[in-house]
Parts: sequence; C-alpha cells; structure tokens
Amino acid sequence: MTTTLPAYDEVVARYEPVIGLETHVELGTNTKMWCGCPTDFGGEPNTRVCPVCLGLPGSLPVANKAAIEATIRIGLALNCSIAEWCRFARKNYFYPDMPKNFQISQYDEPLCVDGHLDVEVNGETVRIGIERVHLEEDTGKTLHVGGATGRIHGATESLVDYNRAGIPLVEIVTKPIPGTGALAPEVARAYVTELRDVIRSLGVSDVRMEEGSLRCDVNTSLNLPGEEWGTRTETKNVNSLRSVERAVRSEMLRQASVLDAGGSITQETRHFHEDTGDTTPGRSKETATDYRYFPEPDLVPLAPDTAWVAELKAALPELPRLRRKRIQQEWGLSDLDMQSVVNAGAVELIEATVAAGATPAAARKWWLGELSRRANETGVELADVGVSPRHVAELQGLVDGGKLNDKLARIVLEGVIGGEGSPAEIMTNRGLEVVSDTGALTAAVDEAIAANPDVADKVRSGKVAAAGALVGAVMKTTRGQADAKTVRELILERLGVQG
Amino acid sequence: MAAISREEVAHLARLSRLAVTEEELDTFAGQLDVILQSVAQVGEVAAADIPPTSHSVPLTNVLREDVVTPCLTPQEALSGAPDAEEQRFRVPRILDEDVAS
Repeated sequence: MTTTLPAYDEVVARYEPVIGLETHVELGTNTKMWCGCPTDFGGEPNTRVCPVCLGLPGSLPVANKAAIEATIRIGLALNCSIAEWCRFARKNYFYPDMPKNFQISQYDEPLCVDGHLDVEVNGETVRIGIERVHLEEDTGKTLHVGGATGRIHGATESLVDYNRAGIPLVEIVTKPIPGTGALAPEVARAYVTELRDVIRSLGVSDVRMEEGSLRCDVNTSLNLPGEEWGTRTETKNVNSLRSVERAVRSEMLRQASVLDAGGSITQETRHFHEDTGDTTPGRSKETATDYRYFPEPDLVPLAPDTAWVAELKAALPELPRLRRKRIQQEWGLSDLDMQSVVNAGAVELIEATVAAGATPAAARKWWLGELSRRANETGVELADVGVSPRHVAELQGLVDGGKLNDKLARIVLEGVIGGEGSPAEIMTNRGLEVVSDTGALTAAVDEAIAANPDVADKVRSGKVAAAGALVGAVMKTTRGQADAKTVRELILERLGVQG
Repeated sequence: MAAISREEVAHLARLSRLAVTEEELDTFAGQLDVILQSVAQVGEVAAADIPPTSHSVPLTNVLREDVVTPCLTPQEALSGAPDAEEQRFRVPRILDEDVAS
C-alpha cells in the first residue's frame, strides 16, 4: 500500500485519540496454575506436562495459592478493589494451543476491579484507570511446519508443545484513556513501563517483554472533537516498550488517513511489525466470536477473606513511584536529573550500584554516561548491556583507589562487556593498572625531561603550563597507565618548580 | 413455542465443532426443547430468595501450595496422541488465527 500518511501534528490537531491497554503477565510461580508441573523456561518439548494441563479425561484442576496471592497483590498495588467472591469461567474455543478445547479464565467476575495507576509523562501525572485484573492460564506453543516461511499461512501441519500451557497468566485491562491528545503514544509507553516496574517490585514475575512474560495489546481509536469515540482497533504482537509507543502512533496515523479519505474504521485485530513499525489486519472474523463462557464447574469459587487481603496489603513493598521520590531526595537530584535517570531505565541499576558501595554520583555517571551510550549503540535495554551494578561499583572502587584512571576504566568496562570477567580480574589480566610504582614513574619522567630539554627549561623558568608536553610524553611511554596528576607533580618536583 | 429453535441448535453444533446431519438436527432440537422446558419449570418454582447455583458443593478457596509434583515423561504424554513429531503433538494445519488469552 502506498497511501501517504498525514503528518502527526495535523492528525492530533484534528482528531482526539482514545487508547486502552490490555497486558498479560506470566507469573513467576514455581508451578502451573492448576497443577504441580514446573514453569521454568526452555525445557525440552512436552516435559512439563501432566494429565491436568493436557486436559486428559478424569483430571481435575486445583488453583495455585501463590498465583492467587500474586494476582491479589497486583490488584492491591494498582489500587483495585478485591472481589469478596468470584468464580473462574470456562472460555470455549477450538485451537490446539489448549488441549482441553477451553481455557480457564475469568469473565464477569474478575478477582480485582476498578483501580488506577499514576504515571509521569513530561513532568505531568496522568492517572490511568484500571478496569480489571484477572487470572487465567497461558496456552501451549504451536510450531507451524510445511509452509515456506514457518508462518501459519501455507503451513501444512502444526506441532504443539504444552510446556507453557497452564502457566498462570494475569490480564490487566485499563479503562479507556481519553484526553491525552498528542501524548497518547508516550502515555501508552509510560503506562506499560510503570506497570512493569510495579509488577517487578512485587517480585511476582520477571516481566521481560522480549521473553514474552509481559505481553501487550494496544487499543486505539480516533474521534472528532465533541463527537463520540470512534471505532477501535486492537493491535497485537507489541513486544517492546518502544513498540507500544510506535504502535499507537502508527495506528493513529493510519486511522486518520482512512477517516480523511471518507472511509470508516473496521473493528478488527491488527498485527504490529517491529521492522516497519506498521500494523496490518489480522484475519477478519466471519462471525462474531462466541466463547460460550460459563462458570468453571471443576473449580469452586474463590472468596478471599478480608484478613488475608489486609495481610497481603500490609506486606506490599514500597512501590516504584514512591521509591523514586525517596531516592530523588536521598541522591539530591533535581526533577530534571531524576527524569533522565528514569527515562534511561536506570533507577534500579543505580540503586543496586549504590548498595554495592558506589556513591550515587559515581553510579549515575557510569549508567547515564558510558553505559547508556553503549546501550543505545547496540540497541539493548540498559539492564542488558552486559555490566552488572556490582561490576560498576567494583570499577569505581578501583578508580577511587587510584588503580585505574578514567581512560583505563573505560577499557576495563569494554572487557566486562566482552565477558572477560570482573573489573579487577580484567585489570590484572590485561596489565591495565595505573603505574603507581614511583621508581618506574620517576624513570619515565627523567627520560621525558632528558628528551625535551627546551620544554624543561621553559618550565624551570616559570612557564608551568609547558609541563603539559612532558606529562603527555610520560603518559605515552606508560601507555596511558599513569595517573596524570601524579606525573605532573613528579615533573614539577624534578624540575624544582612549585605547582 | 419451542424453547430452542432448529437454527439455534445448528449454531451450537457449529460452535462445538459437531458435524450434525439435518435429520439429527430435528431430533436434537426436539430433545433439547424438552430439557429446556423442564428446566424452565424448575425456574418457575425457585423463589426470589434462592440464588442461582453454579456449584453443588458449598465450598470456596480450595487451593494448593506452589510445590512441584512429578510430570509425565514426553513418551507418556504423547502416547495417546493421534500423531507426534519432534516430541510434539502433530495436528492438521490451522487457519483460524483466533487464539485465546
């Protein structure tokens, strides 16, 4: 398709977007939702299955207490009310990713309802309404074979691995979010980021988008000011924070071009493509989906008692937003500085680096400077750059102890990223330690003075600034492994000049 | 008037992926109608103070601890499968992309 898309500024000047987000989080419990099969990632196919998660006749599910607790804790962290009584529901559909021909989910009685999450966008607080948080089970993985591309179209058969089937999955649905205007894409991203951080702080999931433990569907619609909300589309396959933002923006542009041409939006599922940043329609449904939900007869209702919920609430950790405020104070950062730390995704990393012994200033310098640059260059999240907070603290310790200068520290950091070991190991193995042996340094200084008699004379006559050339010469013979300040002091001392 | 139409039975059969013949549709529509009318009679006598019941046992919160229990071996798991390949269940191609979750 070669239609020209309108400019984003024009679109938001004429239309008002309404967005909504549906997020699935795989819980990090030891076992599956309804049976004791382990949930660890990456096992051989069909090695984490039993009669329950294979849906064999006569097997019965029993709910995992840890998963229920985790869901209630997520609900509480999102300021939801916890249902006093609710049931699981059977969602009937025919697709071999569930061997039972149904998925146990929740329908009109979710465990948590009506909450909110505050997120910061451009220094403003936006309150995102939470419609519901419910618990269901994940599906198996299908591998399509026989087609040219391994995709579903053209495949002649599918191979199914049920290791993932039955892993507890929490679905978090926002209320529609109107009124964000041009900021809609940023709000969507900020929400998913904040939600991820909240869930991570609860320790109930590793919430890694790239591994699929956090998955996001984005609803978008446009309407003219003062008119009713438009028809929405649901974009699936949005697998990174950046994609959340891009998917909303791209869908806003596409819908605007359709509406501008006098067309109408079809309510449909669309797929986001990471490479192009576009969405394309999924297969259209000939008939409306009818899942024939009914109360799950194999499970009894859930009635979390008030004392249990209160206990879980009391045990909630400090949530990211409050923690950021506290940290900002402790570290003495301006709003702007704190924002750059948050935007870089460095709060936890800096906090851990400080805990490992570095000062907040030094920790911030490494994560926002050299390491952010590396992350940007290689296109990975800061946490995945290959350096741990412990490494950074150790490296800074070596700098503070005078064993490394800034330049050498950066070389050592390259080694850490390259997997050569800890900073101290790399420094030793590569012989990168600052030459602090005064004997060796003095020899290098004397050599430099002898080789540059003119410069030495200038310095002796009081032109102290000229000593720079001698420092340079010493740094060269020591291959940068001397401390420039010490070298300078030594040179001046040898030449009998006061620094 | 019938409590369920022949068309509704056909629709349900489609949703349930049941291949029902025209003749069977007539039979099932008649049988289901009898069942639904009988249930409706129960509904008539149920007083307002009797809530709808989805579970026959008055139990809640049947939970288990998050402790791993032994799994089947892949051979056991696949032993009842009509077909298998690469230690996976092999099924005919699927064109309907509608998946749950």
